[in-house]
Order: sequence, then C-alpha cells, then structure tokens
Amino acid sequence: MHPALLGILTIVIGVGACVGYFFLSNLALDKVIFPPRGPNAGRNINRANIIRPWLFLAPALFVLGLYLAYPVFATLWLSLTERTANGAQWVGLSNYSQMLGEPKFWEAMRNNILWLIFVPAASTAFGLLAAQLTDRIGWGNIAKSLIFMPMAISFVGAAVIWKLIYDTRPEGSDQIGVLNALYLYFGGDTPQQWLTIPLWNNLFLMVVLVWIQTGFAMVILSAALRGIPEETIEAAIVDGANPFQVFFKIKVPQIMGTIVVVWTTITIIVLKIFDIVFAMTNGQWETQVLANYMYDKLFRANDWGVGSASAMIIMLLVTPILVWNVYNARKEMR
Amino acid sequence: MDNIAGTKSSLMWAVHLSVAALVALWLLPTFGLFVSSFRTADQISGSGWWNSLTAQEQTLTLRTQAPDTQQQVGNLFVIEGQLFEGDAPEIDSWGISSKAVDAFQAGETAELRKGGTLIVNPDGTYRMAHTEAFSGSRGQRIFLTAEVPPEFTMDNYKTLLFDPKNIDGMSKAFINTLTVTIPATIIPILVAAFAAYALAWMEFPGRALLIAFVVALLVVPLQLALIPLLKLHNEIGIGKGYMGVWLAHTGFGMPMAIYLLRNYMVGLPRDIIENARVDGATEFQIFIKIILPLSFPALASFAIFQFLWTWNDLLVSLVFLIDSTGETTVMTKQIVELLGTRGGNWEILATSAFVSIAVPLVVFFAMQKYLVRGMLAGSVK
Repeated sequence: MHPALLGILTIVIGVGACVGYFFLSNLALDKVIFPPRGPNAGRNINRANIIRPWLFLAPALFVLGLYLAYPVFATLWLSLTERTANGAQWVGLSNYSQMLGEPKFWEAMRNNILWLIFVPAASTAFGLLAAQLTDRIGWGNIAKSLIFMPMAISFVGAAVIWKLIYDTRPEGSDQIGVLNALYLYFGGDTPQQWLTIPLWNNLFLMVVLVWIQTGFAMVILSAALRGIPEETIEAAIVDGANPFQVFFKIKVPQIMGTIVVVWTTITIIVLKIFDIVFAMTNGQWETQVLANYMYDKLFRANDWGVGSASAMIIMLLVTPILVWNVYNARKEMR
Repeated sequence: MDNIAGTKSSLMWAVHLSVAALVALWLLPTFGLFVSSFRTADQISGSGWWNSLTAQEQTLTLRTQAPDTQQQVGNLFVIEGQLFEGDAPEIDSWGISSKAVDAFQAGETAELRKGGTLIVNPDGTYRMAHTEAFSGSRGQRIFLTAEVPPEFTMDNYKTLLFDPKNIDGMSKAFINTLTVTIPATIIPILVAAFAAYALAWMEFPGRALLIAFVVALLVVPLQLALIPLLKLHNEIGIGKGYMGVWLAHTGFGMPMAIYLLRNYMVGLPRDIIENARVDGATEFQIFIKIILPLSFPALASFAIFQFLWTWNDLLVSLVFLIDSTGETTVMTKQIVELLGTRGGNWEILATSAFVSIAVPLVVFFAMQKYLVRGMLAGSVK
C-alpha cells in the first residue's frame, strides 16, 4: 500500500477510536444504563452524574498515570536493579555508585550546571531586553514575531542552522561558516574547529538554545511589562527618573514574579536538553549532558540500570520545581 | 512611556537601532541556511552564503580529453577541445599543479611536466601539443579560476522531495512525520478537553487533588518514561510503531493540555452552563455544543503547541517509533543521520532542514496569535 494511504488510514482509525469512546460511552450511560426516564428517572440522573466525571476523566487519567506517574516509580525500581540472563536482579545502589565513579557522568553534571547557569539567564535577559525595546516602537510587533520565530524550529533544525555558522574549511580556502569568516576578518590567524574546543564548545551549543528560547521569554515578559500600571511609571518620570532607572527600579521589580516563572520554565527545558547535543556533537569533545548520557547508556551501552539511575538524577533535579509548582497551584485555588 | 511624560526620548534612535540589530542577529542564522538551500553544491562549498549575490571567483578542477583522442597534425600530436559543457564562464587564470592553481593567465602557454605545451583560452577552449604522442589513460588536470555568476536553483528541493531513486530523500520521512503528528495532535486535545471540563465544571470528590496531580506532572521529565514504557509496549505487543508513538505523545502532552484548557474553561461564564443544565441539556450536550465552541482559542493554542512539539520531536520517535527497518523514520531522525554521514554536503543538509522547518513555520506565522495566547495562559496567571 502507498505510504500516504497507509498514513491516512492509520490517522482515521486512531482518531476515530478516540471520538468513538466518548460518544458511545456517554450514549450508553444516558440511554441504556441510567436512562432519565421511567419510575427511577431522578435517581438515574443523579447516578449518571456521579459516574460521568470519571467517564470524562478516564482516558486522560489513564495516559497520565501510565505515561508519567508510573514511569517515575518504574524507573526508580529499574535503577536499583541489574538486567541479568534470568530477569532483573536487585542490586541496591550499585548502579548509582558505578555511575558516580564514571568521569563521563561528572562531565555531564558539570556541563548541565553550566547550561543551567547560562541558558535561562541569557534567554531571560535577551527576552527582557527585546520585550522592553520592542514595546516602544511602531514596528515592534513585526520585530517580535521575527525574534519569536525560532520557537517553531526543531532543535534538530536549529542544530543544522548553527552547524553552518560554526562550519570550518581548511586554511586557505574561503570560509563558509560565518563565525570563522568573522574570526579571520577580525585578525584571527587560522580557522577554528569551534565545536571541538573543550568548554568553549559547550557555550556554542548553549547559544543555540538561547536563540530558540529568547522569543518565549520575550513574549511572556512583554505581556507582563504591559500589565504594569502606568501611574507608577508616570510618577517616577515626574520625579525625574531617567529611562534606565524607570526600567531597573520600577518595571523590573514589578514583574519579578513573571521573570521567575520564565526562568523556571527554561530551567526545566534545559534539564531535558537532548536533541541539540545529540545532533551537533553527540557528547564528544567534553560536551556530554545528562539526557544524552542517559540515552548513551540506555540504547548504546544497553545498560538499563545506570541509564535509569541517570534519569533519576534528572528527576531529582526537577523535584524542587515540582513541589514549588504544586504549592503555588494549591495556593491559587484557595 | 514617551507619550506619558509628554516628551520624545532622545534615546529613540538607539532603540530602533538595537531592535534592528537584535532582529538581524536572530534572523541571520536561518536566513543563511535558507539561502544555502537554493545554491549548488559547488557554490556552497566555494563561498559563504553572504557572497551568493555577487559573481565569485571559483576554482574548478577539470580535465582535458584523454590521450586516445589525440590527432597528429604535421609532426605534432594535438589534443583540442572545450573544457566546459554548455555555458562557459570567463576564465581568469589557470594552472596545472594543485600547488599553483593560478600560475598562468588565460591565453598563456604552459610547459607540461612530461614535455609539450598547453594553452587555455578565456572561453575554455584549449590546445595541447607535443612532438611525441601523449600517453596514459586520463587527460591532463587543469585548475581554473573563473568568475562564476550567481546561480540559484530549485534542484536541491526537487531531488530531495521528488526523486524516487534518492536514498536520502525526504518524501517518505515527510509522510511519516505527518502520520505521527496529526493523530498525536488531535487525540490529546479530545481527551484533555473532556478531562479539563470535568475538572473545571463538574463537582466530584478529589477534584482539587487531581488538579494538583496534573500540575505536578507538568514538570516530570519524559526521559523517565523511556525504558519502562518501551518494555511495556513490547510486552503488550504494540512494540515500536505509530500506535506507541501516538500514545506516548498523548501522554507527554496531556498535563499541559489539561492545564491550559482547564485554566481557560474555568473562566467561561457560569450562567451559560447553569442555564443549559436547567433547560435539560445533558453534560455531554453542554460540552459539545457550548464548551467546545467557546474554548476555541484555548484549543487552537494547545493544538499549535502540540503540533510543534510532535513535528519537531526526536527523542520520542527514536525510542518508540523508529525500528531497525527504517521504514518509519521521521524527518528529524533523517536529518541527524545526514549530519553524521553527509556532514559536509550542505546542499543536502540545508534543503532537508528547510523541508522539515517549512510546515511549522507556516503554522507559526499563520496562528501566532493563538500560540501567544496559550503561552500567556500557561505561564502567567
């Protein structure tokens, strides 16, 4: 069968099954199990209304439980076991101690920390700058959507885009990578292999994520800036504050809550970062990060124990954010 | 800010300039790759894309015809011909050694190493002559430096998308990506919309707890799910395939979907729903006829999110979809492979990257309004 046809067929079946569930289950509840007719109409309606929320929630709870809640515990268990010929065997913390003894793990940890420091800070700073500047000019909306555009580009696509920038040609021939062309133009002597210079290459990879995430930060912060009551700004200007003072002393403190939210969101993305490193260096030249280290362990070394252990490290790192999120959500609901 | 204070800030021009610089900085990387995807392989490797509009000096390596085409003219053995097929660019300089590619001007005569002379004219014709017969199986190598006019072509896209013989082709990966993306966008919306309505407007015990549960799951890294679920998929028999990847995307997108949609639905006017209930509408009717149409902006914004995630995803497809046959590969995976095996072939890389970027960019620019609205609902309350 033609692949396009097969594709369409699978789409129809997949979506059809989903629509079918909601339609038929509600139909069954209203018409067959508890029909709102006959001698027990009132009781039936009440009973149907007790069941219905769970009918609505069931598929969602099922996938949430199976795809997100269950894996947390399953992975925890896997990280404490070793796969042997006759099934999994309990090994306690030995996967963790093996992992902690590996230099590649510590390299990944170090790089992840560098990512965590640099990317959220740079994205938020650029986003704030872009938000503040574009709010004041006529073509701001066009500028905004252009800065925002990389959000639509896949990490892999972005990796290709930036690989061209970091591209190196042998000495003497024309450079086709912008970075080397600039480097030579401003007096560099030999073209550099940017992605193979330890420590610096991490920065070059991080730039890609900053480029993608700045648009996100800008959009959110720009909305927050617009939400600031004009009276406070007016008062500051009347009192003789210059634009910089207005920005740093009046505006920034008022949107601090939003800045924190943006920062946290980008932090979560950074902790999970995988595609950029996988596509650009695959962790060579000391650019390993936790998620890629985990992928290496799971699917290349086939070591499920250590792979799960490193996944648990990522979980451990997001846990404070998780707790904080839940705390905030509960506070809001009251 | 300016109009508030009633004066025009003298910093205004600086603001315009900095915004222009920022936009240029953010646009240039993509633009460079975009331009590259329309250039020929020779041009991409010959000069940076920023030179693509000017005629450029390019060094070409060509060969004269092989010695078996030589003719005897008087006491000389001669090989004559034209170096170019079709339009010939203007030749500036040439050489016969890779160490001195511009040793001679067009029209000058060079002494060959094995004896004899060679003349290359500016139009690409050449004449090689020697008193003894030329030997060997291949012609003389000639390095040409020529002014090549700028050239843009759609050939890269043609070969990548429509050439059935091209093993690097993207057409199958494109269809596969669509097959993953469309159900993985629609199914979570349906499932989440029902759940969000229940969490927003239905009374039942444990509702607050469930909402907290969803919020907690917002940050659980999907990396945790890879092994346990791959094992599970294998055990229940769906293995690696579309079914598995749809379920996985549905699961991973679900917390965000419920969170966004619930936040929106809670804000809908209570009267409408109560009135409909009083009028005897069932919850299912209320949902289909009132809630869904009213929630369109939120549904659209989540649809865009989910579409972009699934279209751009690499990890989930790598783990849950792509098997050893390679039949179900998606575009992101194909590009990563090209990066590894064809890392220097920028015409292939640039074009395949653009094929994969095109659809999300169209969706993005067409529906940006909804995307922004969704992001604001999700991040700032």
